[in-house]
Amino acid sequence: MSLSGLFLCTFLITHMAGNMQLLINDGGLAFNQYAYDMTHSPIIKTVSYLLYFSILLHAVQGLVLAYANRGARKSRYASGNKSSSFASRNMGILGSILLLFIVVHMKSFWFEMHWGTIGNDANGMRDLYSVVVAAFSQWWYVLFYIVSLAALAFHLLHGVQSAFQTVGVNHSKYTPIIKAVGSIFAIAVPALFAIQPLYILFKTLQ
Amino acid sequence: MKLNLKIWRQKGPKSEGKIVDYTVDHVDEDMSFLEMLDVLNQDLIVKGEDPVAFDHDCREGICGMCSMVINGRPHGPWERTTTCQLHMRAFKDGETVFIEPFRANAFPVLKDLAVDRSSFDRIIQAGGYISVNTGNAVDANSIPIDKETADTAFDAATCIGCGACVAACKNASAMLFTSAKVAHLNMLPQGEPERAKRTVQMVAQMDKEGFGACTNTGACEAECPKGISITNIARMNREYFKATITGSK
Repeated sequence: MSLSGLFLCTFLITHMAGNMQLLINDGGLAFNQYAYDMTHSPIIKTVSYLLYFSILLHAVQGLVLAYANRGARKSRYASGNKSSSFASRNMGILGSILLLFIVVHMKSFWFEMHWGTIGNDANGMRDLYSVVVAAFSQWWYVLFYIVSLAALAFHLLHGVQSAFQTVGVNHSKYTPIIKAVGSIFAIAVPALFAIQPLYILFKTLQ
Repeated sequence: MKLNLKIWRQKGPKSEGKIVDYTVDHVDEDMSFLEMLDVLNQDLIVKGEDPVAFDHDCREGICGMCSMVINGRPHGPWERTTTCQLHMRAFKDGETVFIEPFRANAFPVLKDLAVDRSSFDRIIQAGGYISVNTGNAVDANSIPIDKETADTAFDAATCIGCGACVAACKNASAMLFTSAKVAHLNMLPQGEPERAKRTVQMVAQMDKEGFGACTNTGACEAECPKGISITNIARMNREYFKATITGSK
């Protein structure tokens, strides 16, 4: 869980940074070029297979873990215990929301980019930008993204520092730094991601 | 003061249990929680009813016997306090208090609030010991141990094995208990000979007993009456990694 989770965190950074090109005001030329490069580079292709594997491994391990852990206490308490954070107690539910999001998200863009019928832009590149704009001009689709990103934020709030604890990195000097950086990461990455659909939605509303 | 109690009653390990309502009067705020239960039991005995079974022994916070979950928290609302050291001034007159046993598959209920924690004993038997040569007693302090290591090992050794960590954990995981014992013995030169074997065997026994896996919620640390830190869990994870990589088995 910890190693696959940390690897997925590095993916979040590159995915978020790369997609910031959606904010460039050039009708999507830069973004489409980027989408072309990402689907045609052998290095990116290799890493993407590792990524698909990590997502599946992380999800399967998580679901198996959640199921087994629930089974370790057959009789439930009548009075609830709240001496842990909301995120840490609900990682399974938050992760399930994210899994559902990934399926929808990949259908909308990844599947369309690879096998969908989409037109070309001025440079002759597949016009994924128009697909993105069409998707993010629907308020309910954007809302689904915002809710999923909120789930991601809570998932990361617990997940980042928890991954370090699992691999045994707990030190009086470094753990406070890991926790602080982990919390900043957990809030900053989903917030920066959220700018992209919101920017496009408000642009199309004008 | 007067309290409304909602207590888990269960006749035996195989019977179905349920929450039963009781009212206990003439509770003094200077009584300990266990003394309050003694008062209730006296009332029940006078009425010819079966008294509530609960574990207790030293009643001074060092034996780890008093195991109950009070209003959803093992050992009740006070931090770093066992049930026997919890006093009734923590509650208000007329308050409703839930009293349940520690719940985990690995801690089966024997009767009412008393649970069988011998799974902890078997984890200790799997590796919670050191090898000492027989013969004359060695001089005190003949093995040099730096102060910081001695203190950290001692902090881990203050675990009284009460099982509050398991009771508090949403996964009923015994990682805090096991890691405290592993840390205590692995950090000291006396524990060095069995270091790798101890870690692997105690973890294997812990899994065999049916405890859940750790998801780092930190509820164990928050509820531990001795303030055992989850840094011990990270330490055990390191020790386990090292032991499985370098071990012969």
